Amino acid sequence: MNKTMRRWDIFRVSMILLLSAFALVSLIPFYFLLVSSFKPGVEMVRSGISLNPHFEKFTLDMYGLLFSPKESNYFFWYRNSLAYTGAQTICGLALTSAVGYSLGVYRFRGRNAIFVLVLLVMMIPIEIMMIPLYKEMIALHFFDNILGVVLPFAVFPSAVFFFRQYSSGLPLELMDAGRIDGLTEYGLFYRIMLPLMKPAFGAMAILISMNSWNSLVWPMVVLRNSKKLTIPLGLSTLITPYGNNYDLLMPGAVLAVVPIVILFALNQRSFMEGLTVGGVKG
Amino acid sequence: MTARPSGAGMAKKIARGFFYSPKVAPYVLVLPFLISFLVFFFYPLISTVQMSFQNIAGFDEVRFIGLQNYANLLNDRFFSAIRVTFLYTFWTILILVPLPLFLAVLLNSKRKIGAGFFKAAYFIPQLTSVIVAGIFFRFAFSDSATALINTIVAAFGGEPVQWLKKSVPTMAVLVTLCVWRWLGVNIVYFLAGLQNISPELYESASMDGASAARKFLHITLPGVKPTIVYVITISVYGGFSMFAESYALFGTARTPGEIGSTMVGYIYQQAFVEARLGFGAAAGMALLLLVLLINVVQLKFFNAFETEA
Repeated sequence: MNKTMRRWDIFRVSMILLLSAFALVSLIPFYFLLVSSFKPGVEMVRSGISLNPHFEKFTLDMYGLLFSPKESNYFFWYRNSLAYTGAQTICGLALTSAVGYSLGVYRFRGRNAIFVLVLLVMMIPIEIMMIPLYKEMIALHFFDNILGVVLPFAVFPSAVFFFRQYSSGLPLELMDAGRIDGLTEYGLFYRIMLPLMKPAFGAMAILISMNSWNSLVWPMVVLRNSKKLTIPLGLSTLITPYGNNYDLLMPGAVLAVVPIVILFALNQRSFMEGLTVGGVKG
Repeated sequence: MTARPSGAGMAKKIARGFFYSPKVAPYVLVLPFLISFLVFFFYPLISTVQMSFQNIAGFDEVRFIGLQNYANLLNDRFFSAIRVTFLYTFWTILILVPLPLFLAVLLNSKRKIGAGFFKAAYFIPQLTSVIVAGIFFRFAFSDSATALINTIVAAFGGEPVQWLKKSVPTMAVLVTLCVWRWLGVNIVYFLAGLQNISPELYESASMDGASAARKFLHITLPGVKPTIVYVITISVYGGFSMFAESYALFGTARTPGEIGSTMVGYIYQQAFVEARLGFGAAAGMALLLLVLLINVVQLKFFNAFETEA
């Protein structure tokens, strides 16, 4: 009895060790980013990243530099990223919840056709058509502004699927009751069904906003003016083949990640649900 | 006697009734999507086809040149981009299916091992943008002997590697970056898949004296098959549209010696750096055909799988 107990303990300990090794690899980059954000860039160039944090060299100067308008446009990038992400999330939620709800709740002609279109958006990487999309943005005067960043990506196919799935599970009797009370179809959506879909909205808000906050390729195509860039895009301008501006890069990277990690710590479950939507259920 | 509504008022009322009827409402709700689809998906798609046959010098200087762009695609740089894209997709799938499945099985065990903490730890890299991740990876994989990864290489008795100068080490860094960012997400997928397997299956297998390996092969693996198919599908999509990872590591769309240039990187570089819009569109068409082909092959393969099982 005692012997088998011990065998299980060894098994458990080795399992935890293995899992910890992977956790270390997952988390260590954050430690390095954080530590080096408090050190001058020269230090980075000289000694690279090392496990020893060298606390005696810590300074907040680079964070000050990051937000001084003379030294960097980081403040603008941050503001833009917040604005683009906010707009993208609101736009995306409005659009995908309406289609998803319509497909989930109503039976109408063309329903399957619409569904196929959503699938198409899901299957074909939009990068393929970024050239005409770029020309279109110029023609529509959406180039180098928020509309150009946000509108082409308002359809988030996996969010449509999620809303469709979610709303098809809602109690449809409530709709009939609402109709008797004199609500219009849109009133039913807005006043009765929408509040019931709140958890779905939470998960999808995370999915869409994370994608928007971290997106790179399309903003790179559609934004030019240095004051209009997003955080990832702005940070990437600090990396050049001729040398990198680590003074700004490190604290800039930290401030791009920290708020999200805090949000994640507070709503772990909804983050995992949101970002793994489309996974196979049942 | 009540006042009769005027003709215009009547029309308005009918229009309102039409707009609010349960027959019409679903169409109104999908309308924004349809418009968005037409303007930002369908039109650009058709336009890509059209542009791929054109030479576009400026906004007005458009010339039909037949298949010339496609003929020009037959060049070493583009072939190299196809190769990099294929290899990247291949390696990411090869690692990002078995590894997260294995870790998910461990995390799913009934023993108390702090699964919640580990799940969160693996997931956090997903919260970073590729650029932020790339900043760390460039440092960790830099050429100097004192760089993080080269120190580890040295500890195992190896020579310092010039990571981003040759194609094989570059692929290793790209794949590592991808695995680092996506491991946690795939673990969550597999955990969801594992939870769908009924515990009774394991119990009865245990009573029949089945070994852990047999239980894994005959219960776990078939149980998570839909998840495996799903993860492969999104990995193919992610692999073929990859560009950001390479951009984050090299800082340019065109990488030295094309060692890290992907198909999307090639499209971007041709169109937006060299201003060859028509040619870039042809490259886009090539990518589209490849993606469609792979989707068809995949569907066939997994359907065959399905009937066989």
